[in-house]
Amino acid sequence: MAGPLAIDVAHVTRVYQKYSARHRFQTFKSALLKGDLIRSLRSDELVTALDNVSLRVEKGKTFGLIGENGSGKSTLLKIVSGIAKPSRGTVTVRGKISALIELGAGFHPEISGRENVFINGIMLGLSKKEITDKFEEIVRFAELEDFIDAPVKTYSSGMYMRLGFSVAINVNPEVLLIDEVLAVGDASFVPKCLDRIDDFRRRKKTILFVSHDLPTVEKICDRVAWLKNGRIRALGEPKRVIDLYLQDIADKKEGEFRKKQEGVDIENVRAEEGRREARWGKRDVEITRVTLKDGSGRMKHVFSPEDGLRIEMEVKAREPQKDFVFGVGLFNSQGTSCYGTNTSLEAFRPVRIDGRGKVVCRIKRLNLVNGTYYLDVAVHKADGTPYDYHRNLYAFLVASRHKDVGVARLDHSWSFSSRVRVKPPKKR
Amino acid sequence: MANIFHNAGELVRYRVLIQNLVGRELKARYRGTVLGFLWSFVNPLLLMTVYTLVFGFIIKPRDPSFNNNPIIYALYLFCGVLPWTWFASSAVESANILMIQGNLIKKVLFPAEILPVVVVTSNFIHFLYGLPILLAAKAVIALTVPGAPGFSWALLQLPLIVLVQYLFCLGFGFLLSALTVHFRDIKDILGNLLTFWFFATPIVYTLKLAEGAPAVKTLLNLNPMTHVISGYHSCLFTGELIHWKRLSVTLAVTLLLFAVGMYVFDKLRDSFPEEV
Repeated sequence: MAGPLAIDVAHVTRVYQKYSARHRFQTFKSALLKGDLIRSLRSDELVTALDNVSLRVEKGKTFGLIGENGSGKSTLLKIVSGIAKPSRGTVTVRGKISALIELGAGFHPEISGRENVFINGIMLGLSKKEITDKFEEIVRFAELEDFIDAPVKTYSSGMYMRLGFSVAINVNPEVLLIDEVLAVGDASFVPKCLDRIDDFRRRKKTILFVSHDLPTVEKICDRVAWLKNGRIRALGEPKRVIDLYLQDIADKKEGEFRKKQEGVDIENVRAEEGRREARWGKRDVEITRVTLKDGSGRMKHVFSPEDGLRIEMEVKAREPQKDFVFGVGLFNSQGTSCYGTNTSLEAFRPVRIDGRGKVVCRIKRLNLVNGTYYLDVAVHKADGTPYDYHRNLYAFLVASRHKDVGVARLDHSWSFSSRVRVKPPKKR
Repeated sequence: MANIFHNAGELVRYRVLIQNLVGRELKARYRGTVLGFLWSFVNPLLLMTVYTLVFGFIIKPRDPSFNNNPIIYALYLFCGVLPWTWFASSAVESANILMIQGNLIKKVLFPAEILPVVVVTSNFIHFLYGLPILLAAKAVIALTVPGAPGFSWALLQLPLIVLVQYLFCLGFGFLLSALTVHFRDIKDILGNLLTFWFFATPIVYTLKLAEGAPAVKTLLNLNPMTHVISGYHSCLFTGELIHWKRLSVTLAVTLLLFAVGMYVFDKLRDSFPEEV
């Protein structure tokens, strides 16, 4: 441990009561009649929101919390802020806290922004004089100079949030707790908030930052913890923890895709109007099974472009055939054809197919943009008469770190002449 | 017990916040109305008019204390209705306040116990606005109606009664606000309870009226609000010395209620963020 601790969360468990339907209809009267007034205040089922969570944040460090919805991030933040109490374990925070959990939670709609700033400031622990001193700054930061004397109920949700953020950040805390509040700001306000957060970091304040915006987390946090189902799954260096988290998400999606794929019964696809999936053809030559693998032969449903894609078709000819073409087609979720080819277009000359066999189409780099893709596979005669056509029966996901848009990622590079100065992208 | 004293001490620490929140309530309450602050005066005036019409002119007072004069009776009514309104509105608003301000309790580190204090205090301010009207009415009636009671030194006892009622309202407010979080139907029971309570308190009639029925008298005497309202009658209407023994017992009961209210509130406090 290098510096003194600002936040020390030790073995914190938080259990919530899950009320049964019985309780909801429980009334004071019936509780009195049944004589179980005290018992009815308890409940039968418990939900563990946090399970033996320990973390320490040194003074002056920025600590990130990531995880899926419902993983316990907000509960942890509320416990650190003191709004909620841990069921077991202890939390120690040194220094004045300001929590940006719900911005403007204490605003009264009927009175003016000016009066709300004062009351909100007092709620957050400022004295009247401190607020008077900072008032101009608060209003300027919120960009509400023209509206500060209007009742808060006339504000747009963005104005409301800006004012809330501005008051909270001007409390000048030692420890700042931020819960996903930046998600609602507009394109000009969010960078301003981030600047202010950077400013806090420079002044060696401690920040606990909850966000789904992983690039920001990676950029501003010194350490990151990944929460899953109320437990800390990983804690440490941001990039490592974020990668573990992303891997977990990819695994989860992989599982979902596999489940969906297993649910498809390719033998009995009904041809219906409006259905994406379809299968037709007389099946003189039949595609009995299609598997998707990556370049090294592992079965997958979530691919990164570097993985490559192998489409393996198990085929069966009822009788020997001399006229056959194998084809594949990739479609994105809008139904746009991204790529399609077949053995005839590439001038393979069919000779004979007999009995069972295997046809593999290898794509070395899967240069598609992020998204879900559907696969068509088919075997047909050279004149187009289908033997067996599988329309959109198979799906896979492309998940890459690139954020480019369009249909496909074309191989490209940038160059700039000397008068155009740019810095190279940050190494990830 | 030490905990209760500690909590009461905390309330003093939050006085700036309480002050500001009360100010906000007062400002916000009549925002957008034409009469604005005047409503604080007009409301009790209208209420008194209704009661005077019904109890003074339609059902004529049989009580000899009023010289069979509806105007004197109206003054008597006013002396009781004004503090009762303070008590009843405090109770009704306390029962809702934690739910209304749920956002504060759930999302901000906010001392929940100041919410009932704000409710009781802002209703107290409204009561204070009503007092000058009451005193002016009393002065006018004393000058114009023969046999009407005048001013006396007894008026100086008023702060004492006000203090007892303030504590009583607070204790009741703590208890109600905390329990309503778990039993929402208190809100519905409360309306009826307060109507009953109103008539079980000598506001539209005098205690003397119950002399003949010992059972009723005992019942009335068990009601702490009887003694609070009688206190107001002593200072503001008859100009007598407050019945000290009664008042000290009432104060003791009030302190007990205050302690119980604080205790229950404190016990249930941790459940507020997830329940409101």
